[in-house]
Amino acid sequence: MKKILAQLNFIKGCRAYGVELWQCPSFLFIIIGVIIIGSMLLTYFIAQFFIELEEIIIGLVTIETIVLLIVDFSIVRSFEVLALTSKMKSEFVSIVSHQLKTPLSSVKWSLNLLLNGRLGVLSRKQIEYLEGVKQSTDKTIELVSDLLSVSRIEEGKIKIKQQPLRLEELVAKEIKEMRTFIKAQNVQIDFKSIEKLPQVQTDHQLIRTVIQNLLNNAVQYIGNKKGLIKIELRKKNNAFLLFSVQDNGVGIPKHQQNRVFQKFFRADNVLRYKTVGTGLGLFISKAIIESCGGKIWFKSKEDVGTTFYFTLPIK
Amino acid sequence: MDKLTILVIEDEPTLQKTLQEILTQEGFIVLSASDGELGLELALKHKPDLILLDLILPKKDGFEVLKELKADEITREIPIVILTNLEGSIDVQRALELGATTYLVKANYELEDVIEKVKGAIKK
Repeated sequence: MKKILAQLNFIKGCRAYGVELWQCPSFLFIIIGVIIIGSMLLTYFIAQFFIELEEIIIGLVTIETIVLLIVDFSIVRSFEVLALTSKMKSEFVSIVSHQLKTPLSSVKWSLNLLLNGRLGVLSRKQIEYLEGVKQSTDKTIELVSDLLSVSRIEEGKIKIKQQPLRLEELVAKEIKEMRTFIKAQNVQIDFKSIEKLPQVQTDHQLIRTVIQNLLNNAVQYIGNKKGLIKIELRKKNNAFLLFSVQDNGVGIPKHQQNRVFQKFFRADNVLRYKTVGTGLGLFISKAIIESCGGKIWFKSKEDVGTTFYFTLPIK
Repeated sequence: MDKLTILVIEDEPTLQKTLQEILTQEGFIVLSASDGELGLELALKHKPDLILLDLILPKKDGFEVLKELKADEITREIPIVILTNLEGSIDVQRALELGATTYLVKANYELEDVIEKVKGAIKK
């Protein structure tokens, strides 16, 4: 009921679009409704007086139709304006991200040379600071890549390669690659394949991104306790592989659970200001899994933990 | 054995410099070009053992350079490593179809990894 009422509040909706009232579709729809009802009643009353004079009635109906057409036209126009704005925004992000990557790679490679001692010996303190710069640069590159992925998703440009993949091997590899981070966070990871699993046809790089995002979240949101993360792989109805990653972390507050997959969303839990993140990982993961023909969902309870699941079709 | 020659076609000065530095340290002779036209000219003149090619370049873009290198008898066999920040799958596919040996996205690689890939591509 609350939702329906919120939808009826068109003025607020129009403000969210950032367009004038006369350009706002929901407002114009209400105007159409008022015109239709009003003109029906008007025609009815006038027609009673001029029942013999068909021309007047025809004329009236014609005028009403013309007014409706004009309003319709402005609705269509305003939809076009909205669509164009959204497209321009996506393109803007894409161009800016790409332009950012060149200077960033330049910084990254220069740091590589400095830190590898290829330009001469540096003092311990100099290295320490440069390591800091390197970390920030890598974080920025990651953010720019995420923004690019988002704009690609929104432009519908996400492309899935069909490659044979053993998911259990990919998961094991990712855990291995993250072991330093995992250890630093005082977390133990249990990974098991429940049964012998078939290969899937899917995109390695994209699925890798999803697994990285989910693992990263699980490890990052453990909190102050001894972390335990359980990762499982099994078959589901012989048609899908089911991946799950369960943590005993801080969990996602119940009232925010419906927003978890939204762009830029970050949960308002105790770790919000202690962790870094752009709020893009799960948005990207959802788009990837759905483009690959699977589903992604989660269960979470505050202070108990969160489990994320995704499926991939076996084919 | 003679030193191997690598041609770097890259318009961003710092990137060009870092590549030149590390490749020289690794024992290669390095030639550099800051635009596509000069790159092609140097490739024809010196017939390098490998070419590192950016895609967004002044005068002639990387795709054109790649096409012309592969069309010319003299340069056809030279392995070409694309080094760019374009990462759309269309660009990757186009470059590989035109005959590039490897496609690397700059921001995703550490400099040392780029060198490993270059060495791998030369051996092939």
